Amino acid sequence: MIANRLATDRAARIREVLAAVADPEIPAVSVLDLGIVREIDRDGRTVAITPTYSGCPATAAIEANIRSALAAADLSDVRLVTRLDPPWTTDWITSEGRAKLLAYGVAPPPASSHLHAAAAPTCPRCGSRETEEVSRFGSTPCKALWRCLACAEPFDRFKCH
Amino acid sequence: MHRGEATFRYALRLGDDALVLGQRLGEWCGKAPALEIDLALANLGLDLIGQATFLLGYAGEIEGKGRDADRLAFHRDVMDFSNCLLVEQPNGDFARTIARQFLFSAWRAPLFEALSTSSDETLAAVAKKAVKETAYHLRYSREWVVRLGDGTDESRRRLVEGLEWCWRFVDELFEPDEVTRALANIAPDPAALRPRFDAEVDKTLGEAGLDQPAARRAVVGGRAGRHSEHLGHLLAEMQFLPRAYPEARW
Repeated sequence: MIANRLATDRAARIREVLAAVADPEIPAVSVLDLGIVREIDRDGRTVAITPTYSGCPATAAIEANIRSALAAADLSDVRLVTRLDPPWTTDWITSEGRAKLLAYGVAPPPASSHLHAAAAPTCPRCGSRETEEVSRFGSTPCKALWRCLACAEPFDRFKCH
Repeated sequence: MHRGEATFRYALRLGDDALVLGQRLGEWCGKAPALEIDLALANLGLDLIGQATFLLGYAGEIEGKGRDADRLAFHRDVMDFSNCLLVEQPNGDFARTIARQFLFSAWRAPLFEALSTSSDETLAAVAKKAVKETAYHLRYSREWVVRLGDGTDESRRRLVEGLEWCWRFVDELFEPDEVTRALANIAPDPAALRPRFDAEVDKTLGEAGLDQPAARRAVVGGRAGRHSEHLGHLLAEMQFLPRAYPEARW
């Protein structure tokens, strides 16, 4: 019983630590919000993470940040593993994560990750639906460049993937 | 051929394809025709280098001689590279880069789709991830093929030249060899991917108002390490730092 509770506490502590590890490129959201953390095992021994895109240059930084945050919380014995399958999709971004993205000025991806089902996003600044794509490839692999036709502001959109 | 050896060589060649094309696309960085194109080509290159890291890492694991992805990328000589000849072709102008990218992605998309159900779990996992990225690459290059082909006389002339330059390297992509023959159930038969590729090319060139380039004698040999002079120059630049400072670390 006690051992069980300790293990659960450990997993909960890890979750708490990870909730404070920000994505290096979109610091408004945490690695939990983005769904990069795939699993914290029940014993709190292993954390599985997954890259967003194969070539996302932030992957190494994310791993290093997670390691140092765990170490700072006296959890340096947690094993960090990378898991490719199932592949990451924007469906794994939490609803809290979506709200944070929007507040940060990044249009969140649509709920369904269907590549072709993506309707035009709402402008994160003025809320207009009159928006157009400027470039499908933006400042990071996971974002596209859009522009609002109503308030004329450019904005990033999290690509559905 | 032993299955382990074949899987090593298969992961290596797919990794080399991605690495070399990723490096080529990186050459555009800072000098593409427009900022958006610069970003797009760099993004495509990044995806490919990420895929290469997984594939070469897996190859090194199977080989079991302690070579990781970096070791394989930076400490092999040109004849040990097994990428297809298409990817090592110089960028040329933007139209030739687009022609190369379109042909590559139109082949790679059905390849990764087939590979994502492979009985080899690692190859399947890498392919499942890459399949989504490749869909973006194909969509991007397809749109440019149509825009350039259906654009001005100048853009059309350049695209036709680009396609003609690349076309002789297409057959190699679909050529079975001892490696693919040893990998039934693990990797798709390369020849079986041709109909999907042909359908994509026909449809897109049709939309662009272009004819398929005339058949010409195929140039092959990349899988066996017989490369054009271009690859050596690319590697000299790519490998310079880790070769000059073997212990360099970030």
